Amino acid sequence: MTLNSKIPEGPLSEKWTKHKFDLKLVNPANKRKYTVIVVGTGLAGASAASSLAEMGYNVKAFSYHESPRRAHSIAAQGGINAAKNYPNDGDSIFRLFYDTIKGGDYRSREANVYRLAEVSNNIIDQCVAQGVPFAREYGGLLDNRSFGGAQVSRTFYARGQTGQQLLLGAYSSLVRQMNTGKVKFHPRHDMLDIVKVDGHAKGIITRNLINGKVEAHAADAVILATGGYGNVFFLSTNAMACNATAAWRAHKKGAFFANPSFTQIHPTCIPVSSDHQSKLTLMSESLRNDGRIWVPKKAGDDRKAKDIPEDERDYYLERLYPSFGNLVPRDVASRRAKEMCDKGFGVGATKLAVYLDFEDVIERNGKQWVVEKYGNLFDMYKQITGEDPYTVPMRIYPAVHYTMGGVWVDYNLETTVDGLFVLGEANFSDHGANRLGASALMQGLADGYYVIPYTIGNYLASQAGGSVSVDDPAFKDALDETNNFINKLMSVKGDRTIDDIHKELGKIMWENVGMARNEAGLKKAIDLIPKLKDEFWSNVRIPGKANAMNTELEKAARLADFLELGELMARDALHREESCGGHFREEHQTEENEALRNDNDFTFVSAWAYQDGAQEPVLHKEDLIFENVKLTSRSYK
Amino acid sequence: MKVTLKIWRQKDGNAQGSFGTYQMDDVSGDMSFFEMLDLLNESLVMKNEEPVAFDHDCREGICGTCGVVINGRAHGPLRGVTTCQLHMRSYKDGDTIVIEPWRATAFPLIKDLIVDRRAFDNIMSAGGYVSINAGGAQDANATPIPKANADEAMDAASCIGCGACVASCKNSSAMLFLSAKVSQLALLPQGKVERKERALNMIAAMDEENFGGCTNTGACEVECPKEISLVHIARLNREYLRASLA
Ligand code: SF4
Ligand code: FES
Repeated sequence: MTLNSKIPEGPLSEKWTKHKFDLKLVNPANKRKYTVIVVGTGLAGASAASSLAEMGYNVKAFSYHESPRRAHSIAAQGGINAAKNYPNDGDSIFRLFYDTIKGGDYRSREANVYRLAEVSNNIIDQCVAQGVPFAREYGGLLDNRSFGGAQVSRTFYARGQTGQQLLLGAYSSLVRQMNTGKVKFHPRHDMLDIVKVDGHAKGIITRNLINGKVEAHAADAVILATGGYGNVFFLSTNAMACNATAAWRAHKKGAFFANPSFTQIHPTCIPVSSDHQSKLTLMSESLRNDGRIWVPKKAGDDRKAKDIPEDERDYYLERLYPSFGNLVPRDVASRRAKEMCDKGFGVGATKLAVYLDFEDVIERNGKQWVVEKYGNLFDMYKQITGEDPYTVPMRIYPAVHYTMGGVWVDYNLETTVDGLFVLGEANFSDHGANRLGASALMQGLADGYYVIPYTIGNYLASQAGGSVSVDDPAFKDALDETNNFINKLMSVKGDRTIDDIHKELGKIMWENVGMARNEAGLKKAIDLIPKLKDEFWSNVRIPGKANAMNTELEKAARLADFLELGELMARDALHREESCGGHFREEHQTEENEALRNDNDFTFVSAWAYQDGAQEPVLHKEDLIFENVKLTSRSYK
Repeated sequence: MKVTLKIWRQKDGNAQGSFGTYQMDDVSGDMSFFEMLDLLNESLVMKNEEPVAFDHDCREGICGTCGVVINGRAHGPLRGVTTCQLHMRSYKDGDTIVIEPWRATAFPLIKDLIVDRRAFDNIMSAGGYVSINAGGAQDANATPIPKANADEAMDAASCIGCGACVASCKNSSAMLFLSAKVSQLALLPQGKVERKERALNMIAAMDEENFGGCTNTGACEVECPKEISLVHIARLNREYLRASLA
C-alpha cells in the first residue's frame, strides 16, 4: 500500500482555502441522513461532535467518563497559541507555522502545520464567543504571554487552567447539541473495537462500564479523538484512565501507526516519592522563567540545599547554555537533568531530582510577587510534597507528558482505513518530533472545530447515508471477537495484579525507550516486552465478573494494548537512526551532547502497518518535503 | 503509620450496602489518599476479593471526577482541596477513617463509592452555554470586557462539577454548581442575550433532576474544593428574579 498524504497542490498559504473549495459537500437537507460516531469527548472530540451536530449531522458520542467534562484536556495548564499578533510584536501565521515546524525538529508536514497556524485565530474568536474567561488587561482586551521560550507573546491563557476553560467551552457547545437531540452521548462506554464493512469503518464495539454489556453501534463514519498513550510508561502526567485502546484497536484493523517513538518528556514535574506513586504531576513550564535550576557540584552531597554555599552549586543550564539558560526547550532541559542525576548529582531522598530554586527572585521582587504569579503552583507543590517552596527549593524531575506519535492520517485527518478519522493527540500530524508549549490545545480544537467539519463531508458525500446497520454480519463477528477477548482475560486467573505488571512495563519503557535510547537498550526492550506480554496473558488476575462494573477488567484491557504498543515504540525508536526532538539516540549526538539529526536518511514519517499473528510490523515511509523552510539544526547556546 | 478504614461497600444500585473494615499497617505520609486506597485494592485483589470501586482520574484536582465523604466531610478535612489531592500526612497513626459516597437522590449510587452525576450534565444542557456555532464568531477583541468582570467570571468558571456542594447540603441542592455557570455567563457580554431563558431553564432542570431547594445554609461554600463563593448564588437569585418578572 502506498501512502497518499493528499496534500493539496499550490502555494502553502493557499492550500487549505483551495482544498476547502475542492472538497465535496453534503447538501444541507441531506445531512440529517448521516450519522457519525465520535469516540472521546475531550477538546478534539467535543469540538468535533458539537460542530458536526451544528451542521445537521447526527452524532453518537462515546466516552469512558461519566461526563464529557472529565476528559484529560482539562488538565492542561499553560495556554493556547494563536497568531493574532495583538501585542504587535511581529507575530504572523507564517511565524507560528515556522516556530512549530522548527520546534518539531522538521519531522512534521508543512501543509498541516500551516493550516493549524491559519485556523488558530478562529479558535480564539470561537472560545471568547462561548464565554471562555481568558485573562484580560485593564483595558478589557485579551492578555498574551510568551510561553516555552517563544520570542513573541502569542499565548492566550485562563489563569493556570486554560485546558479546563477551553474544554468547558467545547463541553458547553456539546451539551447544547445534546439538548437538541442531535448528539446522543453515551457515558461510561469503553470502545473496544472498530467495525469495518466492505473495508470502510462503519461502527464500533463498546463495553458499558456500569453493567458490562458489550454492544455494537453503527454509523456512516467513525472519528476517534481518544488522546495520547503516555500511560504506557505507567507513570506519566496523564490522567489515570488515559489509554491507547481505541487507537490500537484501529491499528489492528488496518490503520497505520505513525512515529510511535516520539514522546515528550516534560522537564518540570514533581519527582517520584516511592513505589506507591500512581501518577506524576506537572509543574507549569512557566516556572522556569523565574526559577533557577541547579545541583550540588559534589556528587552525592547530602547537605540540605540551604547549607550548600553558592560557589558549590552548579547552575548547569546557565553554564551550558549562556544565552537561553533555564529556558532551553523541554527536551534539552529534560535530558540534562537526567544526565546530572545519572552522574550522581541528583538531590532529595531518591537522588532522582534537581533543584528549581526561587530564592533569587523572592529576594529581588519580594515574596508577594511570587505569590501572585505562581501561588497556585506553589500550593499544589506543597500539598503533594509537604515542603514549602518559598523556603526550600522545589525538587523536579522529567516525566512523560505528551505523545507526538499516533495514528497516521492524511491531510483530511483520515486514516488508512476509509471512513475512519483521527483527531487531536491521538493522531500524529502536527507536532513532528517535539511539541511546543501551548500547541496541544490549539491542535485539538483546530481539528475539531475547523478541519473535520469540512473534510468529513468529502467522505460522506461518497456514501449513502444510513446504509449500514448493526444487523450486518460484520457487527456480529466483531461482537464475538470482543466477547472472546474479555472471556480470555477473565479466565487467566493468575497471580499478578494489573498494576504490578503495568509497573514492570513502565520500568522497561522508561529505562530503554525513555529520554535517551541506544541500540542495546532498545533491543532489550524488544526482547523483554513480548515476554511480559506472555506473562500477562498467563498470570494476570482479574477479580469479579465481566457482566458488572469491574474496574480491574477495564485496566486489564488497556494494559493488553499497552503491551503491544510498547514493543512498537521500541521498534520505531530502534529503526530511527538519528536524534530529533524528543527522540534521542545516544549514538547520534554532537560533541556537545546535542541531538544530531540525519536529514538525508530520515526526513520521513514512519508509518507502521500491523501484521497478524507473530509477524513483525511493516514500515511504510511518507517522505516529508520542505518547500518553505530550510532545515537547520537547533542551537540554544 | 497504621490506620483503620471503614468503607461503604455496595455491589450495585439495588443492593443493600454496608461498611467494610480494613486494617492498613504500612501507610506513609507521602502517599496520597488514593494511593493508600490503591494499596488496599492491590491487597484485596491478592486475596481474591473485589477491590473498592471509587471514581478518580486526573489526581490533580481539576477534572472533578473524584469525591468521597471522609469522616463526615466532603473531600476530607482540608479546605480548597479535592479528595485526590489529600495526602496521608493529614492523618496520624491509629486514626480511623470513615469513607462514604456522595449521598443525594439526584446522584444514584452505581457501586461502592461511585455515584452517577449525570444530572449535572442535564442541568448544563438546559442552558449552560452561549448559542454560538463554530465559524460564526467575531474577532475576539471586538468587545472589551472589564478585567474585574473577566476575573470574577473566571472565579465562577473554576467549578469542577464534582458535586461536593450537593453532598454537603442538607437539602441536596445543586445551587452552588448551577449558580457558578449562570454567574459566569451573566458577567460576560456574550452571555447576556440568553440570560433569561438560561436562569429559568436551568432552575427548572435542577428541580426536575430531584435536587432540593436552597435555604442558604452555606455548607456548600465551606466544602467546595474550588472555593466557589455564595456571591454567585446571590447573582443567580437576581438573574432568576429578573427573568421571572420580565
Ligand atoms: S460548586 Fe464547588 S463543590 Fe459544587 S460542583 Fe462546583 S467545584 Fe464541586
Ligand atoms: S481525580 Fe480529578 S479532581 Fe480528583
